[in-house]
Amino acid sequence: MNSSTLSNIARFFGLIFLQVLVLNNINFLGYINPYLYFLFVLLYPFNSNRSLFLLLSFLLGISIDIFEDSGGIHAAACLVAAYIRPNFLRFSFGISYDHQTLRLSATPFGARLSYIFLMVVIHHFILFSLEMFSFNHILLILEKTLYSSLFTIILIFLSLALFSKKYR
Amino acid sequence: MQQIFNFLIRNKNNILFLLLLTLSLFLTIQTHSFHKSKFISSANAVTGGVYSWANNIQTYLHLDEYNERLLDENRELRNILTNLNDTTAVESYLDTTSFRGDYYFRAATVINNNYSKFDNYLTIDKGESDGIVAEFGVVTSQGIIGIVDRVNANFSRVISILNSRSKINAQLNKTNHFGSLIWDGKDPNIVQLIDVPRQAPVKKGDTIVTGGRSLIFPKGLPIGSISDFSLDATGSYYTIDINLFNDMTNIGYVYIIENRNKQEIEALEEQNE
Repeated sequence: MNSSTLSNIARFFGLIFLQVLVLNNINFLGYINPYLYFLFVLLYPFNSNRSLFLLLSFLLGISIDIFEDSGGIHAAACLVAAYIRPNFLRFSFGISYDHQTLRLSATPFGARLSYIFLMVVIHHFILFSLEMFSFNHILLILEKTLYSSLFTIILIFLSLALFSKKYR
Repeated sequence: MQQIFNFLIRNKNNILFLLLLTLSLFLTIQTHSFHKSKFISSANAVTGGVYSWANNIQTYLHLDEYNERLLDENRELRNILTNLNDTTAVESYLDTTSFRGDYYFRAATVINNNYSKFDNYLTIDKGESDGIVAEFGVVTSQGIIGIVDRVNANFSRVISILNSRSKINAQLNKTNHFGSLIWDGKDPNIVQLIDVPRQAPVKKGDTIVTGGRSLIFPKGLPIGSISDFSLDATGSYYTIDINLFNDMTNIGYVYIIENRNKQEIEALEEQNE
């Protein structure tokens, strides 16, 4: 039980409550909500046990689903994003990920942006596709994915800047 | 045998992923089929508790507005009441054999309200212990909200009219032409009335009320006013955009309607079949 484990546990519950009690009620322009809870999946230690990570991502998603009455859409989106995270990490950070020496705060801004952008867009696209559950609404899905992703990415960078000392 | 175990251990992440993905897709598909979402809902003790705790704080911010709404409603009811004294309506009501009335109203607080998603639900702080049963209607003084869907001991979940699976019978106030109330998922203050025959005299600004054809809502509750209308692809039915009287983004307190004759009517209809 080191400090990294503790801070991950705190982040898990903190983000769920922040999402459910505050962020789900923003409804900017009627329907745009940020999904900041996804920060947990982005920041989870890169060299840790993969099975535990998948399980935790699923639990995070299903907790949000229970609060939102949305079946399993957040769980599925988080799970897929967690599953393909190593691929995106390798794509964005290249060699430093393979050597397991990666620290998110020490990476160049462009690489960090591409990692966060890809992960968030994939997560949101799966989320909204499953929410609508029909190809007739593909335009609405893309529209919601675009706006919500922008909102989420901005919030993620803000919170990274706010809490940057912890990850250094 | 050894090889099977080796295979399982080597692929444990992939297997875990597929297992959890299947589970979440199963839950998703289940919520998309009406009345079948049995496992996951916000009407349970933990989430209900968290929501009612948060709602306790939020209510203070809206107290003024809720008071005003109550005053408005009281004024309207008082108007009706004083006018009733002029006629014999009160006496004739007492003369009927049914003293208890067809509908019974209960009040409840909305502790969680969604309107930005495609399928929206509300959570209210009344449940089985207060006599709530699934399929009760939910309204405010200004219009209808939805239908009770899942009930546990102290909380219930309501399918909002802003839900792709909600389909409520509604009609024009002036004539008896009726259709089904649906939502296209775009604006939380505008719903659609479809399948209204083209013979109906539709005009902008006309009022839409609930039809008496469902066992859930009494006839004639206000819903909204017509903001736009067009003929559908076949040219024989109107699709009407309705501006809701309710502000779905700010609800607060609701009434739950119980239809006391429901079982009797249902039993009768089953005999016919």
